[in-house]
Amino acid sequence: MATKIVMEALSPTMEEGRLVEWKKTEGDAVKVGDVLAEVETDKAVMELVARAAGTLLKQAVAAGTTVPVSNLVGWIGQPGEAIDGEAAAPAAPVAPTAAKAPAPAPAAPVSTAAPVPIAEGRVKASPLARKMAADKGVDLARVAGTGPEGRVVKRDVESAPVGGAAARPGFVAKQETGPAYTDTPLTQIRKTIAKRLVQSIGPIPTFYLTTEIDMERAADLREQMKAVNGDQGKISFNDLVVRAVGLSLAQHTACNAWWQDDSIRYWNEVHIGMAVAVPDGLITPVIRNADQKSLFEIGAESKVLAGKARERKLKPEEYTGSTFSISNLGMFDIEHFTAVINPPEAGILAIGSIAPVPAVVDGEVVPRKRMRVTMSCDHRVIDGATGAEFLKTLKLLLENPAALL
Amino acid sequence: MATLTYRDALNQALREEMLRDDRVFLMGEEVAQYDGAYKVSRGLLKEFGPRRVVDTPIAELGFTGIGVGAAMVGLRPIIEMMTWNFALLAIDQIVNSAAKMRYMSGGQIGMPIVFRGPGGAALQLAAQHSQAFESWYAHIPGLKVVAPATPADAKGLLKASIRDDNPVVFIEGEMLYNLKGEVPEDDHVVPIGVADIKRAGKDVTIICHSKTVGPALKAAEALAAEGIDAEVIDLRSIRPLDTETILNSVGKTNRCVVAEEGWAFAGVGAQVVDTIQREAFDSLDAPILRVTGADVPMPYNKHLERAAKVDASKIQDAAKKVLYL
Amino acid sequence: MTTTAPGGKTRAVDQATQALHRGYLRQMLLIRRFEEKTGEAYSLGKIGGFCHLYIGQEAVAVGAMATLRPDDHVITAYREHGQALARGLSARSVMAELYGKATGSSGGKGGSMHIFDAAKGFLGGHGIVGSHIPLAAGVAFAHKYRGGDQVCLCFFGEAAANIGAFHETLNMAELWDLPVVFVIENNGYGMGTAVARAAAITNFADRGAAYGMASEQVDGQNVLTVREAFDRAVARARKQSKPTLLEIKTYRYVGHSMSDAAHGTYRSKEEVDQYRQKDPIAILEDLMRAAGYWDDARHQALDAEVMAEVADSVTFAEESPDPDPSALFRDVYAEEGHT
Repeated sequence: MATKIVMEALSPTMEEGRLVEWKKTEGDAVKVGDVLAEVETDKAVMELVARAAGTLLKQAVAAGTTVPVSNLVGWIGQPGEAIDGEAAAPAAPVAPTAAKAPAPAPAAPVSTAAPVPIAEGRVKASPLARKMAADKGVDLARVAGTGPEGRVVKRDVESAPVGGAAARPGFVAKQETGPAYTDTPLTQIRKTIAKRLVQSIGPIPTFYLTTEIDMERAADLREQMKAVNGDQGKISFNDLVVRAVGLSLAQHTACNAWWQDDSIRYWNEVHIGMAVAVPDGLITPVIRNADQKSLFEIGAESKVLAGKARERKLKPEEYTGSTFSISNLGMFDIEHFTAVINPPEAGILAIGSIAPVPAVVDGEVVPRKRMRVTMSCDHRVIDGATGAEFLKTLKLLLENPAALL
Repeated sequence: MATLTYRDALNQALREEMLRDDRVFLMGEEVAQYDGAYKVSRGLLKEFGPRRVVDTPIAELGFTGIGVGAAMVGLRPIIEMMTWNFALLAIDQIVNSAAKMRYMSGGQIGMPIVFRGPGGAALQLAAQHSQAFESWYAHIPGLKVVAPATPADAKGLLKASIRDDNPVVFIEGEMLYNLKGEVPEDDHVVPIGVADIKRAGKDVTIICHSKTVGPALKAAEALAAEGIDAEVIDLRSIRPLDTETILNSVGKTNRCVVAEEGWAFAGVGAQVVDTIQREAFDSLDAPILRVTGADVPMPYNKHLERAAKVDASKIQDAAKKVLYL
Repeated sequence: MTTTAPGGKTRAVDQATQALHRGYLRQMLLIRRFEEKTGEAYSLGKIGGFCHLYIGQEAVAVGAMATLRPDDHVITAYREHGQALARGLSARSVMAELYGKATGSSGGKGGSMHIFDAAKGFLGGHGIVGSHIPLAAGVAFAHKYRGGDQVCLCFFGEAAANIGAFHETLNMAELWDLPVVFVIENNGYGMGTAVARAAAITNFADRGAAYGMASEQVDGQNVLTVREAFDRAVARARKQSKPTLLEIKTYRYVGHSMSDAAHGTYRSKEEVDQYRQKDPIAILEDLMRAAGYWDDARHQALDAEVMAEVADSVTFAEESPDPDPSALFRDVYAEEGHT
């Protein structure tokens, strides 16, 4: 009699798993212990191994399907052996999962739109989605499907960028026009992170990453700009930071995101909220498309927005819709602090003061102008490494400020 | 407009058409003296006499064939099946004689006849009395198949069927006979082959007919509460099928659920789905789902029976599935 | 017609009778030669499908039709070439139908089993055993409904008298006094099954009693006897609006259909030969010879005339066009749905 292959609990907390890939095809001989499939659990990608020897008679679920623990995924038996009546009723997928867009690729060095890996082989898409994609010029292989088994459906094409993700060299703001964001359903691992961390430290499970940035060259740049352009060409450290954060976010879209409970909205546009103190509190006017604006534009816009903020003349569209925020208390000589996340954003950067500190350069202790920044991260969206990669880029940019010009 | 039951709307149609045309007569078991097993023919014997309202022995094959023979020479018989379950005994006459007569005679012999009566399940009548046969007859070229869901459609379509020069299989619903609705009082004729949009919507198309129209509308209301705007199309005629209305709707909503009382295999929905996948392939955002009676003979036990039947929540679930919700 | 000579009246009746007999003979001979030619054309592949010949049973159709008016109706089963010819359909239209040609009686869509001619009240050959029996009662119902005195004749084999439709219909026909004559052509075999192996009561006329219906058993090999029996049955229908069940004892010389041997499996050659001695054509010719108004020369002349008519029908059928491809979808439904 054929032996059922069921989804096994491959982690202590696993309730369901996504069958990522079959390692054996129907008809393959298998022995006990052979890897049958890879399964994405709430923690990691694990191996589902054979508990019986024989032939893989049937794959009851397709790759990409999410299956509750103990539900059927296939049969092992003798070649030609009939499978019992249950064969006709494989486990229903419990939830539409995005097989073609498992997890955003947060550390991808170069990416613009939704961090969707390019699907290999045949793309499953509804006929309507295919037609819409053809009409709109969308590459279906680059669209994250949210239908059953990753099928690309109407709503996915509607929110997909035209042409898919074209590689973009260097630190350049994205140029394509396309949808402002891509909503990506939660993967198993993101679901588990969200569920467990919320239990741990509250509704927004925040962690903090601090780095110290050498601002000598940035200070030099400010002086040079002032020397060349006079007061008209003055730029502030804050402008440099906003521009650098904008470009960094354009690279690391995994940090330019909103938590939306059942999905994460990865923004293709960068809108930076800038916390401004006002007499009875604070407000965050938004510099839109910060990655696309020059230092001068950012400077001019910041001034206008800050002025309006203090006069309470901001219009709603001027203080809403930010995708990431910056809080700068450097002017108050605060060395280091942590800022509170402004939901649904996933991150906020706290900027400390710039002060000369002893630093080791080329083996000698010398005074250097340094600035400590701390990023508060919503762990449901941003993992430690993801945030660190972002900060690394930010540091690189601010320490080589010519890239900001 | 008067409010009538489905039963009385049918009675009105019979009466009006018998007054209009002396060639029209009603024949069947218990139609005359007993006033109809379901009282659809109430009062007709009294008004029209035994020449035109004819009680028969229990002999479906025989009296159906007699109706077909009378139609061959120009009368316009209405043959009442006490229920469509009994018409299996007469199906040779409906299929081999009535449906094919015009064709095999090279167009010489017409067949203006209506076969009518209640179809589908009522309550706890068990396996042999609870069957929906629309798809059986819709399979046959030469027949028209009509299954109204409302009193107004019942009247209008019966009148159209009686006036039609083709054999029409007219399937009523025992569970619909007491359904009340507004019925136009004038010469209300609903053309055969035209579906009716019972509720307009933009998110998902629910295609149904006869007894599934009620549950479909109920499902649409429940969906509306969830912010889903469903369009409910009552086919009214199974053959000819109003493909235009179906395709227009699916072109708009991109998703479709087909509900029917009968069994799924080779059912009415199978034909609807076939039409959509051929003619509207590029409009589909999801596979079309069907909600049908369970693939079993009807059980007697009322809980099992309920589980076997189509209801609003099954339709609602299917609609959400095609919306990927 | 104008003679006033003594004994002239007697001679005039004789001449009318002679003409009548010659007419019956011509029809029977036409059916015989037509069916022989049909068998030949079938063997050559000119005619397809099922094909049931009437050879041996000619007297039944001819004797029956002789009693009808043009506004009466005839409905029959699938062994109906002979009845169609006897009812007055031309050999051309029947042969063309067997050939499946556009000029056939059903436009080539019916074939051997579905010959129709509405204008001649010939309501078809029907292919499902017994299924047309209720149709005949329906036609009679319509005649009565309209208050007319037309009659409907319904032909079928004895095997059809074992089917439910026969019993249901006879019950209602008698119950409602319908002007219909049910004609059992008892040729002894239902396909390859002898009557005694299929029927508990082999005297089919007896079955009328079950429904209180007038019934009669008739020698089907003598056309004059057949004619007389039909005179009585048709008069009962026309004048009293009452049905009759006639059992006509006859015999087919050929197989059930073209794919069935004339003898061998279920009956012997001797049996067939024995029945050939009671050939309906020979019986009538012998009677005419004995009465002095028939001889070999006249026979040969009539036969040549009939053969020519059959040959002409074959030529006509051969030369006629097939139905236009557009005919495929025509006449499935009435062109105009409403009246």
